[in-house]
Amino acid sequence: MALAEAGGIKPAGASASGWSFPVMMGRLVDRSVVWRALEKLFWTCLSVGMFAGIWELFWWFGWADAKLLPPPHVFVGSVVDQAKFFNTATRWSIGTAMNSGPTPFEAVLITLGATTGRVFSGLLIASVLAIGMGVLIRYFLLMDRMVLPTITLLSPVSPIAWLPVAIFLFGIGNAPAIFMVVIALFFHMVLATINQIDNVSPNFINVARTMGATKRQIYGRVIVPAILPGMLAVLRLNLFGAWMVVLIAESTGVGYGMGQVIMLARNTFNPSLVFFCIFLIGLLGFVFDWLLRQAQRRILYWLPDATEKLRVL
Amino acid sequence: MCSETTSTYSSKDAVICRGVGKTWAAGTKRAHEALRDIDLDVKPGEFVVLLGPSGCGKSTLLYLIAGLEDATGGQIWSFRDRVEAPSPDRSLIFQETSLFPWLTVWQNVSFGLSLRGAPESERRAIAAEALQRVGLSAAMDKRPDELSGGMRQRVAVARALAMRPKVLLMDEPFAALDVQTRARMQDFLLDVWRDSGASILFVTHHIDEAVALADRVVVFTSRPGRIKTIVPIDMARPRNLFSPEAEALRIQLTELLRDEVDRAFAEQEAFGATA
Ligand SMILES: Nc1ncnc2c1ncn2[C@@H]1O[C@H](COP(=O)(O)OP(=O)(O)O)[C@@H](O)[C@H]1O
Ligand SMILES: [Mg+2]
Repeated sequence: MALAEAGGIKPAGASASGWSFPVMMGRLVDRSVVWRALEKLFWTCLSVGMFAGIWELFWWFGWADAKLLPPPHVFVGSVVDQAKFFNTATRWSIGTAMNSGPTPFEAVLITLGATTGRVFSGLLIASVLAIGMGVLIRYFLLMDRMVLPTITLLSPVSPIAWLPVAIFLFGIGNAPAIFMVVIALFFHMVLATINQIDNVSPNFINVARTMGATKRQIYGRVIVPAILPGMLAVLRLNLFGAWMVVLIAESTGVGYGMGQVIMLARNTFNPSLVFFCIFLIGLLGFVFDWLLRQAQRRILYWLPDATEKLRVL
Repeated sequence: MCSETTSTYSSKDAVICRGVGKTWAAGTKRAHEALRDIDLDVKPGEFVVLLGPSGCGKSTLLYLIAGLEDATGGQIWSFRDRVEAPSPDRSLIFQETSLFPWLTVWQNVSFGLSLRGAPESERRAIAAEALQRVGLSAAMDKRPDELSGGMRQRVAVARALAMRPKVLLMDEPFAALDVQTRARMQDFLLDVWRDSGASILFVTHHIDEAVALADRVVVFTSRPGRIKTIVPIDMARPRNLFSPEAEALRIQLTELLRDEVDRAFAEQEAFGATA
């Protein structure tokens, strides 16, 4: 907008959305952003392509049995075939025809959507609870003494050990899967929050204290904003953890989801389906990590871009 | 020097230290004494420089006067009030920048006011005034990471001034700046000091800086820090730092310090031998 005003030209029909002509020109002229994005995409494709290429070569030379380790062109090529296993229709219920329900393509999307939804609900609940708990533990000495030992004790427990608990408590459906994600992340994230709080620069706290800040103000106005960058990094790392756990949870029967499809693939000995699932999960994980990085850059506008630091070495 | 042991103090001095001592981690195995028996009076509007080898407890003394830490011996007073907790009357400025990176410059400057729930228009006005006093009106809406080191320290000074403190405590505020910037910042600080009428306690280990700024230079011994001597400087301002008088002062202070640095080194060697 600033550019548009400076340019002083407002061509007729310029939309109200702010994409007036001079602004668009400004964006186009600033090619470096687009260029860098393209460059990054190129390297990503090359990296994945090389990995796939080596796999294909192994298949070509006959070193990899196509039945056990089907190469990418086989499992991606048989998408339509594989998609029918993403069975989200309730065909077993009375009055439902065997071939009614969503098309295979829709079924893949529904399955992915369900799994993604569980990952994000779990991640959201876990981070809100964990950051809240971490702050409370540092804020109230009693909380520290009463709660921290238990949390430290439970944090090394593998999520798999929680699986029976999830089923006892929540039965079958979305709830146990989300519970699994939450429980797998919660304890680590509490400890990470506490660690972040302990590493806040004492100068920040002292500045606030000399200006007469109360304990509550120090937590709300200094400590929470100061730990936000670190917490977002923790969140990003835990996103992958959430993806891993959700598959375990789903394999126990929550209706439908990626975990269940992989379980089906295992039981019916269908390597193509397994690799197709791995391919989809990898793709989704990549996309969501990218989204979270963008969010991080928006929310933490004050942090400089650190990725260039090691480039000069 | 003084015999007062009463719990009220009639002197209106800006800072009064009586027998102040600080032992860190007192009562534990890691206990070590940083300060011993500090007696110091700072008059309202006075510029006092604390000079001493590093590790002698200068920062510790500022923390005690700010009320951020409790003394383990003696008493500290400020304008008749016993110092027991931090107060907006006594602002502390650190060596490293302590601006909040998530706030803009003006939000940083008016942070103290926002704690009291002042409305935004008032905060902006006071921030604008404080920033004008440090010559940074144009940086109002910038973020700290867009500023140079010198500018950031000026913003920190503006933030302290916005609280209208009676005492400014400065802990090597210009130590991280290059020589030219530091000289400019010293002139700037003297202007600010004259305008505000506040007392300043300024920590440094640079003799030149002490000569340029101080009404009185308090020279510390090495650890545990005690006051070795107090050197008054009654050169008129603006000071000619190349005058014979300034040179004589530099020589005097250098010699006072050298003894202490030598002692600190000897102590460290002995420590290394026993460790
Ligand atoms: N928060 C602290 N806890 C324990 N020891 C400290 C702390 N701050 C300073 N000290 C110790 O007190 C002594 C004096 O430190 P300091 O006041 O920072 O010296 P100076 O500012 O003169 O360089 C040093 O030995 C230092 O290790
Ligand atoms: Mg110091």
